[in-house]
Amino acid sequence: MAKVKSLDELMKIKENAVKNIQMRDSDKRGKIVVAMGTCGIAAGAKETLQAIVGELDKQNIDDVSVVQSGCMGLCDVEPTIEVVMEGQDPIIYGHVSPEQVERIVEQHVQNGKVVSDLMVRKGEI
Amino acid sequence: MPVATNTILMCAGGGCISSGEESCLSALEKAIDKYNLNNIVQIVETGCMGMCDAGPLMVIYPEGVHYQQLVAEDMEKIVSEHLLKGRIVEDKLLENPETEVRTQNPYDDHPFFTRQVKIATRNMGVIDPLKIDEYIAHDGYFALQKALEMTPEEVIQILKKSGLRGRGGAGFPTWLKWDLTKKVEGEEKYVLCNADEGDPGAFMDRSILEGDPHSVLEAMAIAGYAIGANKGYIYIRAEYPLAIERLKEGIKQAKELGLFGENIMDSGFSFDIEIRMGAGAFVCGEETALIESIEGKRGQPRVKPPFPAQKGVWDKPTLNNNVETYANIPPIITKGADWFSSIGTETSKGTKVFCLTGKVKNTGLVEVPMGITLKEVVFDIGGGIPDGKQYKAVQTGGPSGGCIPADHLDTPIDYETLQDLGTMMGSGGMIVMDEDTCMVDVAKYFLDFSVEESCGKCVPCREGNRVMFDILERITEGEGQEGDIETLETLGKSIMDTSLCGLGQSSPQPVISTIHYFREEYEAHIKEGRCPAKVCKPLVRYVVDKEKCVGCTACARVCPVNAIEGDVKKPHEIDPEICTRCGSCIEVCRFDAISRVSP
Repeated sequence: MAKVKSLDELMKIKENAVKNIQMRDSDKRGKIVVAMGTCGIAAGAKETLQAIVGELDKQNIDDVSVVQSGCMGLCDVEPTIEVVMEGQDPIIYGHVSPEQVERIVEQHVQNGKVVSDLMVRKGEI
Repeated sequence: MPVATNTILMCAGGGCISSGEESCLSALEKAIDKYNLNNIVQIVETGCMGMCDAGPLMVIYPEGVHYQQLVAEDMEKIVSEHLLKGRIVEDKLLENPETEVRTQNPYDDHPFFTRQVKIATRNMGVIDPLKIDEYIAHDGYFALQKALEMTPEEVIQILKKSGLRGRGGAGFPTWLKWDLTKKVEGEEKYVLCNADEGDPGAFMDRSILEGDPHSVLEAMAIAGYAIGANKGYIYIRAEYPLAIERLKEGIKQAKELGLFGENIMDSGFSFDIEIRMGAGAFVCGEETALIESIEGKRGQPRVKPPFPAQKGVWDKPTLNNNVETYANIPPIITKGADWFSSIGTETSKGTKVFCLTGKVKNTGLVEVPMGITLKEVVFDIGGGIPDGKQYKAVQTGGPSGGCIPADHLDTPIDYETLQDLGTMMGSGGMIVMDEDTCMVDVAKYFLDFSVEESCGKCVPCREGNRVMFDILERITEGEGQEGDIETLETLGKSIMDTSLCGLGQSSPQPVISTIHYFREEYEAHIKEGRCPAKVCKPLVRYVVDKEKCVGCTACARVCPVNAIEGDVKKPHEIDPEICTRCGSCIEVCRFDAISRVSP
């Protein structure tokens, strides 16, 4: 490991480390809820969950948490995810395969635009 | 590692480990593996979270849900419900005693946590003590960096303004110690950390070292810079293997990053730390005995003066501070003296870590602002006395301290008020006692400890404490004599006046203090042969209430010495000559028919 020689270098270590432990901060800009009921898991929700985590990391997003929930009651359009961003109505997306994840993260999470062709519901359930 | 959906913090403090954290952890890992969640769940073992009574503890983020009193069998359910489906496992949550509702995040609404102010224990239960990165993420080593850009005088001035006093017990102003050592001429100086925590019921230093070793290491480097020393020793007892292991790893990682060693951060200042293990002699917590022990000699106190600041380790100027004192220093440097001195009372600034133990609902480690009342600590944070019993006293300061009775519960805690009450801050043990505690017995217990731990150098301490102990033993056996109390008082005073070190100077304090507040209990033992708390075995008898006894024979069967006689369905009787007062019969009687009496 390189030796720390200045305040800037110490700061760099801090910034990296903060990223790693930010998960322990419950104060987030938004969250993505993945429905992990039996129906969801059967339809591939686990793979979707993994894809979401991977995509957030790829796009360097660390202020959005990913949480799991039980069945939302929309079993016919599983896997479903709910994207809740601060100051916006929650949006539920259906048939979210790992391939759709990139689009949702980029359009909705990054730019705040709803991906309308995947949306199944708007607002609180 | 990619972003995890959940981070799980497992408390790996001493309390949780002994209540089964390791088996929980392996069951948790197995369950996570089974549900194939390995790459999205991160597990971190942290230092003590404080609420040892409810351990093993676990916090799951991002929600920040606390689970408590875990066993390995719970892990499957927590993984399959919480981690997989996001459903909270309600029956493992902590109950809020005020609302009697189970709470998900007790940090926000449980009085045990909300009443605390964490400075010395700021990172405990929050970071992984084996990762220097996590310490740095919480502003670690920024204090050292900042200090190295100041002059040593400026560093000491910040401490002076902050009002920080030694947390080892006596409360000597920290800045003054640093200043005195700095001003002594000498090429070679040493920085010591006293981690020889030995009071019965005290474990805060151990917990700090186990939970946040870098906070102490960083502060020692700052101290080295301020007084002009390049070498530090941590004197720690060998009974703390986990703390030693984490300190060693901490030193290694700090060296790899160049935060320890030669020419730290290009400042020209070099500092290194060595760990010295003690064999667990209480007297080695006394600074001059500690120095003798570091030098490889028998742990006995030296005559002062010369003080360690003038002649310490290897007769060189030496600075010695306690673990908790050091842990306070990095935040004082980064956040400033004004921030620190805004907390606490006029004479005692900042916070104090206490180990709340004994007859109290929530036992564990608490850090509270100076000036908080005893009542708040025992009843709000500690949750009061269990089983509907009455509060009797709090013992602080361990074998050097005394007891505080109920009339003084409203006293704000600081160095001076505790001294006025005939006890001391001590290192921070706080043992709560209820109505079933005999104060003569308590005094005897602490004095027995001092008799065992006296190094034998001074006659008053070696012989005097033994004589006092013999008198106490006689009293608890019902053989007390007229004049015993007065003898204890005069003898105690002369031991305190004529002993060389802190051990002897304070060892009679538990006796003096209990005589002061509970004299009538001593008198009951001596004059009436009665133990009011019904603790002292020779003064207690077990009797069967013939009205209540149905003759179920449960007591007779459990009695280990066959002292109970009686026919089936007829009232039983206990023979006091044979009875050993073990109490087994009371525990098994379902009819409340057996009681303890003291004449």
